[in-house]
Amino acid sequence: MLGYIIRRLLLAIPTLLGITVVTFCVINLAPGDPAELQTQGIMDSKVSIRVYEDLRQYYGLDEPVLKRYGQWLGRLARLDFGPSMSTDRRPVWDKIRERLWPTMSLALLSLGISLAVAIPIGIYSAARQNRWFDTVSSTVLYALYSIPSYVMAVPLILLVAIQWNWLPFQGMKSDDYAQLTALGKMADLVKHYTLITFCFTYGALAYYARFVRQNMLEVLRQDYVRTARAKGLTERHVIMRHGFRNALVPVMTLCGLLLPAIIGGSVILEVMFNWPGMGRLFFESMMSRDYPTIMALTFITACLVLLGTLLADLSYPLVDPRIAYD
Amino acid sequence: MTEPTITQPQAPVRSEGYWRTVWRNVRRNRRGMAGLIVIGLMLAVWIFSPLLATNQPIVCRYEGRWYFPAVVEVFQARRTGPQWINKARPFNLPQFDAKEQLDPDDFAIWPLIRWHEYEQSSDFLQPPSSRHWLGTDELGRDVAARMIHGTAVSVKVGFVSMGIAALIGIVLGGLAGYWGGFVDMVISRIIEIVICFPVFFLILAIMVWLEPNILNVMIVIGLTRWTGIARYTRGEFMRIKGQDYVVAAHCLGIGHGRIMFRHILPNALAPVLVSITFGIANAVLVEAGLSWLGFGVQSPDPSWGNILRTAYDSLNVAPHLVYPPCIAIFLAVLAYNLLGDALRDAIDPRLRGTT
Repeated sequence: MLGYIIRRLLLAIPTLLGITVVTFCVINLAPGDPAELQTQGIMDSKVSIRVYEDLRQYYGLDEPVLKRYGQWLGRLARLDFGPSMSTDRRPVWDKIRERLWPTMSLALLSLGISLAVAIPIGIYSAARQNRWFDTVSSTVLYALYSIPSYVMAVPLILLVAIQWNWLPFQGMKSDDYAQLTALGKMADLVKHYTLITFCFTYGALAYYARFVRQNMLEVLRQDYVRTARAKGLTERHVIMRHGFRNALVPVMTLCGLLLPAIIGGSVILEVMFNWPGMGRLFFESMMSRDYPTIMALTFITACLVLLGTLLADLSYPLVDPRIAYD
Repeated sequence: MTEPTITQPQAPVRSEGYWRTVWRNVRRNRRGMAGLIVIGLMLAVWIFSPLLATNQPIVCRYEGRWYFPAVVEVFQARRTGPQWINKARPFNLPQFDAKEQLDPDDFAIWPLIRWHEYEQSSDFLQPPSSRHWLGTDELGRDVAARMIHGTAVSVKVGFVSMGIAALIGIVLGGLAGYWGGFVDMVISRIIEIVICFPVFFLILAIMVWLEPNILNVMIVIGLTRWTGIARYTRGEFMRIKGQDYVVAAHCLGIGHGRIMFRHILPNALAPVLVSITFGIANAVLVEAGLSWLGFGVQSPDPSWGNILRTAYDSLNVAPHLVYPPCIAIFLAVLAYNLLGDALRDAIDPRLRGTT
């Protein structure tokens, strides 16, 4: 087991290196750099050129690309993402840290809700295959699964937030958040979370429910389930103990694989809801060519993806003792 | 010596071909066929968009002569016609407004929507009416005309980007699956790198670099979305390369390239096709998303994504703008998903209903 983990972690190193090299090249070869964007507003061309050169030197952009990549790696080895190249010049890690929680909370919330709802639906419709509940839920889930999240989000914002004026959709907190009482703060947060969480969740929920149902149907066809029924166990016992536990393995893998997708796929939704998360930070850094922030975000997300797959693989033996790693 | 009698070899009974079987199974799937019909409709709308929405008639009689301005536009818009195809004299002048100048008594067949997708007017953000069926946007352009002409983007993005992705994915996946060993290890590592990239991040990063237009969007989506195809192809090649007919081909001394592309690939293609179909749905989605963020198709060129952006920017004043692009994107994605499901069920009935 330990050997397996070490092997996987070692294999992750070339992957991460490859990712950082590609990202570094892509963003550095792109025309326009932060110094250029920040001096665009200066009308006097002489001043603008001087400031531009100064800024390039200040950010170290006058060094060759290879050397800068080496410096970046060196800093990374000391777990330092360096200062950001945006106008606020704060350390990248500080900028990311304040954006981490909104995105992570959203991802975890959405994962938790979708699992909590999808597993019962999946089990129930598999246990009562082709009855009315199964038919209705299958159709609804397929439709939900086919609606892209941002295509769902815009009409939802229009109806719920604007026409009916029930919920806010901009940002995470109201402007008067600081003046609210503790209870008011809670209510405010819940209100702001509702819409975006829904948009994040329903797709994964539909996908999970279909997936659980399918796996359950597969398992319920097995011989040991027939044996369990034959020896007179209650249907409830057969489904929960013999069926569900065996259908859990693929679901675990899916969790590991989908969490990064939720985080990585959040740019449009976060921009749409003006959410102070990592996806929007990425979008903003892209617009201002904030190289260190882009590198850090890509690196962190790639790490999360690798970690997710590793955890998914490691969870196999936990849920299914028949699988073991040597 | 008597000449040996040569018995004429009996022609073997031809069994139904693989692709025929697949097609027969798809035909039987009602949802899949519905998807296929929607896709066919989208193609038709793309090809004939000038006949559906433009500000000049399809056929008309003007000052005693016959003209076909919208038909000419079909060729012009596709850039398929030879250069000399041009509209006849009064209709090619920018100041000529057919709607005003044509005599109402003369014969004329008009397109369904009598507006051009770029044609601006002073009716800003009007709700749907008999004049503008889906209303107008912030520059007074007819939304129905823009939706019709925006179909082109969604159709092209899906097919071209997945064409690129399929090329990369099949070649790399095929090489990895066929050769195995070191080649497989290197290619698998490359695939893993591309998978670990948050794809949307990468697309965004490249789109900042490239000039945002539809061609670049297609290339970038193609360059980043090939991993699924490569993995399927690799698996299929690994499965097939041990089969008897491939071994037989080896024994006959057939070259590796020929074995890979003539013997294995046709048999490996069906599952890959499923992956491509789902990939098209995804490409449509990514393009609309990019256009929404402003990195895809740029206004004034219409695309469903930037129509949705206009809608988002004027939610308070023009709620009617929201629904057309949303419904169109949803239908397109749904159609490709349904077709993909039908294909997968047709290829392997054991998989029926898996997500």
